[in-house]
Amino acid sequence: MTMVQTPPDAATTRGTRLARRAFVVRELGIAIALIVLVVVTFAVNPRFLSAQSIKDLLLGATILAILAIGQTVVVITRNVDLSVGSILGLAAFATGALFEASPGLPIPVMILVGLAFGAACGIVNGGLIAAARVPALVVTLGTLYVFRGLDYMWATGRQINAADMPAGFLKMGTATVAGVPVLTLFAVVVLVVVGYFLRNYRSGRELYAIGSDPAAARLSGIPTGRRVFAAFVVSGALAGLAGVLHAARFGTIDANVGLGDELNVVAAVVVGGVAIFGGSGSVYGAVLGAVLLTTIGAALPVLGINPFWQNAAVGALILAAIGLDRALSARVGRNLQERKAHV
Amino acid sequence: MSEATARMRRVIGSWDVIVLLAVVTIAVVGSLTIDGVSNPRFWRFVTLEAIPIVLIALPMTLIVITGEIDLSVASVLGLTCTVFGFLWESGVTSLPVLIAVSLLLGGALGAVNGLFITGFGLPSLAVTIGTLALYRGLAYVVLGDRAVASYPATWTGNAIKALPGTTIPWMILVAAALAVVFGAVLHATPVGRGLYAMGNNAEAARFTGIGVRATKFWLFVISGAMAALAGVFWTLRFASARADNGTGLELAVVAAVLLGGVSIFGGRGTLLGVLGALALLTVLRNALQLANVPANTLTIITGSLLIASVVGPNVAGMLRERLRRRRSTAPTASPST
Amino acid sequence: MRAGTKGGRLIALTALAAIAFATAACTDDSTGGTSPSPGASGGTMKTGLKIAFLPKQVNNPYFTTSDNGGKAAVEEFKGVYSETGPSDTQASAQVSYINTLSQQGTDVIVVSANDKDAICGALNEARQAGAKVVTFDADTNPTCRDLFVNQATAEGIAKIQIKLISDAVGADGGEIAILSATANATNQNAWIEMMKTELAKPEYAKLKLVDVVYGDDKDQKSFTETQALLSKHPNLKGIISPTTVGVAAAARYLSGSSYKGKVQLTGLGTPNQMRAFVKDGTVKAFALWNPADLGYLAAYAGGALASGLITGKEGEKFTAGKLGEFTIGSGATVLLGDPFTFNASNIDQFNF
Repeated sequence: MTMVQTPPDAATTRGTRLARRAFVVRELGIAIALIVLVVVTFAVNPRFLSAQSIKDLLLGATILAILAIGQTVVVITRNVDLSVGSILGLAAFATGALFEASPGLPIPVMILVGLAFGAACGIVNGGLIAAARVPALVVTLGTLYVFRGLDYMWATGRQINAADMPAGFLKMGTATVAGVPVLTLFAVVVLVVVGYFLRNYRSGRELYAIGSDPAAARLSGIPTGRRVFAAFVVSGALAGLAGVLHAARFGTIDANVGLGDELNVVAAVVVGGVAIFGGSGSVYGAVLGAVLLTTIGAALPVLGINPFWQNAAVGALILAAIGLDRALSARVGRNLQERKAHV
Repeated sequence: MSEATARMRRVIGSWDVIVLLAVVTIAVVGSLTIDGVSNPRFWRFVTLEAIPIVLIALPMTLIVITGEIDLSVASVLGLTCTVFGFLWESGVTSLPVLIAVSLLLGGALGAVNGLFITGFGLPSLAVTIGTLALYRGLAYVVLGDRAVASYPATWTGNAIKALPGTTIPWMILVAAALAVVFGAVLHATPVGRGLYAMGNNAEAARFTGIGVRATKFWLFVISGAMAALAGVFWTLRFASARADNGTGLELAVVAAVLLGGVSIFGGRGTLLGVLGALALLTVLRNALQLANVPANTLTIITGSLLIASVVGPNVAGMLRERLRRRRSTAPTASPST
Repeated sequence: MRAGTKGGRLIALTALAAIAFATAACTDDSTGGTSPSPGASGGTMKTGLKIAFLPKQVNNPYFTTSDNGGKAAVEEFKGVYSETGPSDTQASAQVSYINTLSQQGTDVIVVSANDKDAICGALNEARQAGAKVVTFDADTNPTCRDLFVNQATAEGIAKIQIKLISDAVGADGGEIAILSATANATNQNAWIEMMKTELAKPEYAKLKLVDVVYGDDKDQKSFTETQALLSKHPNLKGIISPTTVGVAAAARYLSGSSYKGKVQLTGLGTPNQMRAFVKDGTVKAFALWNPADLGYLAAYAGGALASGLITGKEGEKFTAGKLGEFTIGSGATVLLGDPFTFNASNIDQFNF
């Protein structure tokens, strides 16, 4: 499709710059909140920033972050994937079962298996949603139940213990490289890859277009069906990867792994500035949101605050985040309109 | 196609009729094949289990029809339970007072939702996910990990007492009466028709003079109050107020609403369909459990039914479209039925 | 809304209402089974008794072991064994299973309670319908069960836990914490109370209990609670985790962290789960009873009740297969025995 090159007029450039600045402000906001929280907790108890503590914090955030990255890709297109918790559980159990059957399996192969497994679940989701054009909330609610049911059926009351897993795999779960856990490096790699793709590739940017206005996107030639399908495959694959990493970190796997994770992931994504109605937000923000939520969980007991406040704190944060987003987008929208009016 | 068969097809094809017929079929088949389904005790347990879910599903149906959603209902139930227990522990011994406070609390919690959604214009999915966490968290703050269970036997006994001469709990009458009220409002009043209008096109509805924001606000308040009522029943039925009461219930209610034919986009669906779907899921679960079918099988069935309920009509619609297009481009065009 | 559908809806609704009325109109189902009359002890067990095990949750290996012990017992006295239960530990989750078992005409329900009061209503309804209720591992309110099979006295468990942590931490003592299961679990709370009493004794003056946290018998939560404990109490020297899920998770965390060997751990664990950590030095010793024996005893107790050999009164005796004779204590309780200590020298002899 050819596009006539029109010189961007002054108003649009200023508009884009404003939008980009709002974007940065949002991510910066979470980062600042995170830093403040860490500093305050450190002041109360310096052990909060000991090597072990930081390692635990990063490890705790890793799995949530990976799930959040996948969820962001889906939410940007104005969809949602509620089945990620069940996919994680299935993948984790598959990891354990495979290792039980063939303990000599090399770890990279296991990771690929996890990714493929999750991608297969994502294909089911994406296929139903894109092909049959049905609302994602309903379908992924359904697959949440179906995948969890399959997990129970497979696990049938069993539990895979750490003793049944290869030592090398479990060690990867706690090993560090220069103080940074190996698992976190996985998350960083995923973050960089997906972040780069969303910002610099046309198909990545098209996801934003689909979320902003699906009808317009379709009319302008974007293959929305295929893009949405791909988004769900990515979300599923990343949930599969998260499952493998969960198995490495916790070692004990039963049929309840991942139960309820989906709401935490949506919370992290919303707190991270990704609009629930699609069209805006970034994976960097989502990861920051995941880190912030995990840090709150770790900081509350250290601060001596009743850990029962944790859930309430998360809820309040979500409300604050979406309120802030709405205020910000209203401000940006108003500014853009004013500028247009002046031109 | 004759007029009669076309009419029959429309009648049977209506979603809520399908659901109701399914319930009847399962009840009949179940009582013939599974030992114990025809026993009145079975229906007692089914009804006891269904009552809180029905109470919550009634306003949820209306909310989803207007195009919104309320995922915080189970947390409102939990928080109400803990406040009930806390007040009882602290010496409030009058049941009417406890119930009144609970209902007011539920309404207030719903009002918070309504404020964020209609006042600040925030998306209900995100807001109610936030309040889901917030209210559940507050429930844990109120009672911690403890349980309050020392209620007088008269209260707990009366809550689940059966109607004279039967085994069915009397609370079902309350639920039924409320269902009639909600159904009447939805299907037989201008307010109800306004809800459908809002779900189809909020802007247009506003232009016809319907107070969209006010209506939605009050819907969330009612949703909170009904969840609180369900919470009171829950506490007295299990004789235990705990912060984790009802965890996960919201998904079951949403699943039932969707299965009942209410479109997630709003503007379509009937209360009867939702009640039918609820009956279907509850009876199915209990019957299968009685037949020693493992619980996860029902989980898979629920999920598959949910998916089928949206994919089915869509795929059928797409196929029909394709067939119609092929027929209309055929050289000998017969008058379409 | 099309006119035709209203008719269809009416038909379906009428049919539904008809069924509802038909079932509702049936008279109240009063006590179904025949209540066994109390017979003299020394009789024989009835055959074909339906014994159902209902643990706190079905995914827990501790309960799998205990329930299998029960299965062995049921097969010995030619009963019909079944196991069912929830996969989450919400109080109300067990209720629906109790109702189902009662409807199925189960003779004995052997249950480990998630909450001591929430399942009482359902249990009493089941007893009215003719079932006998035996609790094991975690009791309910005594008014809603016929017998409680306790693995060991709360004092016995508390004594051994404190002794083990004191031995592990050493003569200098220090701060200790407890990682428990759920805050409602009767057994946990009883043991924690007794541990506090034990700690007040002069020989444990150097040990100080600084915190009690709850892992809810969930692996992940126990893991992160251990993490939080260590983060919050820099001088922590020992952790007691009287729950098999908790002690396994805590051991795994300690073993992979910088606290290994510096913070001692003991608790109630299964040999299979703890073997790796005893061998690598994370845990010096831990205690337990044989859960299979517990389930075995509970099944025999239930069978004896249902056969009319005992009624639950203090002083009655019954035989539990290969475990020998047991006497019912006060409060309708039967005691299995004393806890057993596992350490590096004997852990390889066991497989559960």
